[in-house]
Amino acid sequence: MADKKVIDEATNTEFVGHEWDGIEELNTPLPRWWLWTFYATILWGIGYTVVYPSWPMIGEATAGTLGWSSRGELEAELAADAARRAPLLKAIEAVPVEQLPGDAQLMQAAIEGGKAAYRNNCTQCHGTGGAGAKGYPNLNDDDWLWGGDIKSVEYSIAHGVRNPDHAQTRMSQMPAFGRDGLMQPADIADVVSYVRTISRQQAPDAASRRGAIAFANNCAACHGAGGNGNRDFGAPNLTDAIWLYGGDTASLTETVANARYGVMPRWGEKLGNTQVKMLAAYVYSLGGGEKKIAQSDAAPPAKP
Amino acid sequence: MVHLTDLIGMGKNRNLYAKREPVFPKAVDGRFRRLKWLVMAVTLVVYYVTPWLRWDRGAYAPDQAVLVDLANRRFYFGPLEIWPHEFYYVAGLLIMAGVGLFMITSVVGRAWCGYACPQTVWTDLFQHVDRLIDGDRNAQARLAKAPWRFSKIARRSAKWGIYLLIAMATGGAWIFYFADAPTLAASFLSGDAPQVAYATVAVLTGTTFVFGGFMREQVCIYMCPWPRIQTAMMDEKTLIVTYKDWRGEPRGKGRRKATLADLAAQPEALGDCIDCNQCVTVCPTGVDIRDGAQIGCITCALCIDACDQVMAKVGKPRGLIDYATLEDCASEKAGGLPKPLLKTLRHPRTFAYLGIWSAVGLAMLITVGDRSRLTISAQHQRNPAYVQLSDGHVRNDFTVKIRNMEARPRRMAVTLSGLPGGAMWAQGSSRDQAATRVETLVPANSLAKLPISVIAPGSGKAGQAFAFTVTPVSTDKDESAAAKAVFERPEGR
Ligand code: SF4
Ligand code: SF4
Repeated sequence: MADKKVIDEATNTEFVGHEWDGIEELNTPLPRWWLWTFYATILWGIGYTVVYPSWPMIGEATAGTLGWSSRGELEAELAADAARRAPLLKAIEAVPVEQLPGDAQLMQAAIEGGKAAYRNNCTQCHGTGGAGAKGYPNLNDDDWLWGGDIKSVEYSIAHGVRNPDHAQTRMSQMPAFGRDGLMQPADIADVVSYVRTISRQQAPDAASRRGAIAFANNCAACHGAGGNGNRDFGAPNLTDAIWLYGGDTASLTETVANARYGVMPRWGEKLGNTQVKMLAAYVYSLGGGEKKIAQSDAAPPAKP
Repeated sequence: MVHLTDLIGMGKNRNLYAKREPVFPKAVDGRFRRLKWLVMAVTLVVYYVTPWLRWDRGAYAPDQAVLVDLANRRFYFGPLEIWPHEFYYVAGLLIMAGVGLFMITSVVGRAWCGYACPQTVWTDLFQHVDRLIDGDRNAQARLAKAPWRFSKIARRSAKWGIYLLIAMATGGAWIFYFADAPTLAASFLSGDAPQVAYATVAVLTGTTFVFGGFMREQVCIYMCPWPRIQTAMMDEKTLIVTYKDWRGEPRGKGRRKATLADLAAQPEALGDCIDCNQCVTVCPTGVDIRDGAQIGCITCALCIDACDQVMAKVGKPRGLIDYATLEDCASEKAGGLPKPLLKTLRHPRTFAYLGIWSAVGLAMLITVGDRSRLTISAQHQRNPAYVQLSDGHVRNDFTVKIRNMEARPRRMAVTLSGLPGGAMWAQGSSRDQAATRVETLVPANSLAKLPISVIAPGSGKAGQAFAFTVTPVSTDKDESAAAKAVFERPEGR
């Protein structure tokens, strides 16, 4: 009985002789090449661990006979990329910054490079989109304390603002009229009133009329008789709609009484000429850049 | 009575793996064989010739009729040019192909497998090479058993050489669908085609050589998922290749019965099947159809051709093996007459598939005829969302994207509307050139990105809607596209 083959009638196939809950298994062997394919994949797997780094050892993993590593691949890619960029960087280095916008392709490359440098070095103060914050200028707008043409921007980036240890830095200092007793609190209130009048934030009144006289005596030297500012000293235009530290009465009172002293690092030594140039191109591309180069910005400004 | 549980562990030497039984199908002639020749010729010609057909699309687009230009992300099918954002057309074509296959399957079963599947077509081709070099079935079997002497080695190398040539031609033709065929052919031969071209040819040559030359029916039976899925589309109204056992059985050589009715009268008389095994010897997958429907049968109908010849010889009507539906089988078994073929096509399921298929096709036709060759979109620059300008105006920056899908460069005018006091300028010019209209040249077949600055008075709604509209300059057609945008400004001014 045990030797007898039991054949399934429908399929003409022998049963293997198992039965689970009335379900019986037919003897349908797998094709042998499946087995060989399975062995081949095992061999392939072993070969793979031989030629590529794989087995963890105490110090590090086995290196593999091909000597491949992801770090090595990255380095090769970076080197290839650096080689690809080298001629472009050379060309940017050779061109004076004010001629960059005239060369569309070079300008575009400079903007891209500048954008990367900006993200690494500038976003802490000026924000990722260059929108700035209180005390940190918005680089997208059209108000420039020290000049907004590409050359002035480059100068500001290279030499910074108010670095006392640096001869070429952009330097100026507003007196602290209140703290140092140069003006009485009442005079300060009048001046603030006047400034809010010329910036069309409030209507002229008695206080602002008094403030006009105090302004002429104390402030006009730097900010100009009409309050239009002076880029030689980084003195802001007080008649426009943009306020670095706020144009409300409280902020203005604080500014006049205690003065402001915004400092920007000088990046020239740290980043090198080419990167500074690319940064200038990027900032210039944000849309607030000025076309013509002001006479006073071509040369380093005189210290007050 | 043997209980299966008694047998557990009894088949000690039972093998888990089986050697492949070699299949040496015999050459056969007949109507289905001739249909198969025809389908093979048509599919191969379509496959090899298509990439060489030209289609004039003007100076700015490739002139290859069917081109899948992956590098530039464009698909060209004759007059149809598909952009990446129109990929739903490709999806639609795939859906139509899928539903079409369902439809065919529901009517004629595994017709795809038997006639049009590349695995079948190339296996058939390779089997003809076998017959050309080794001879027909018996010679092939003899040679397979023969020792490896000179003549066998010579025949084998000749045969495998031809396999390899066919395989290379197969892999070689494929790459021409992805680049300009004449150019690629020249660079391929001179050795400076892209590496991916050589790799593709190598892979396809390898798979064709192995699958068509050696694996053959093993691919259909063990590797292909389609036979498993197909069963879901088939029912009792689907045509399949059937051995009419009620007419053929009992099989054997000897006295035939005349009709079905005679069988009852003379139980010892035989059916129409003379057990000549012709149906088995011609089968390319080595199936005995007389065992009933089975996964190995690709419904190529060669067994029908073989048996029809035998029936003609013994003077019986054809169709002992034939295309029939399960319904027909039941009715014929009960004594009914074979149904005309057309009647089997009337099948609600088929009409459902046909409906879906035509609906997708119709929808695609309508949208293709109606699609715009010009689009515009405006992306607001969010960081910062707006810029306060010194004179009290506010600036917003946008990237306006204009897609020119015509095969010629076109001058486009972008106009600004719906923003009181608003004006704009494109990057490269400046505020003194601000206007409500900006012109730009958009190259043929491309997407132009235009950075645009928009200014408007600082007083107004915080998020004010307006629109950019693009119109081709100097066109007689009434064509334009608009994009909605929002102007941001500080709150409460
Ligand atoms: S070819 Fe026809 S007659 Fe011959 S064995 Fe097959 S079914 Fe029977
Ligand atoms: S059984 Fe007949 S129809 Fe099926 S694969 Fe074989 S020859 Fe073709």
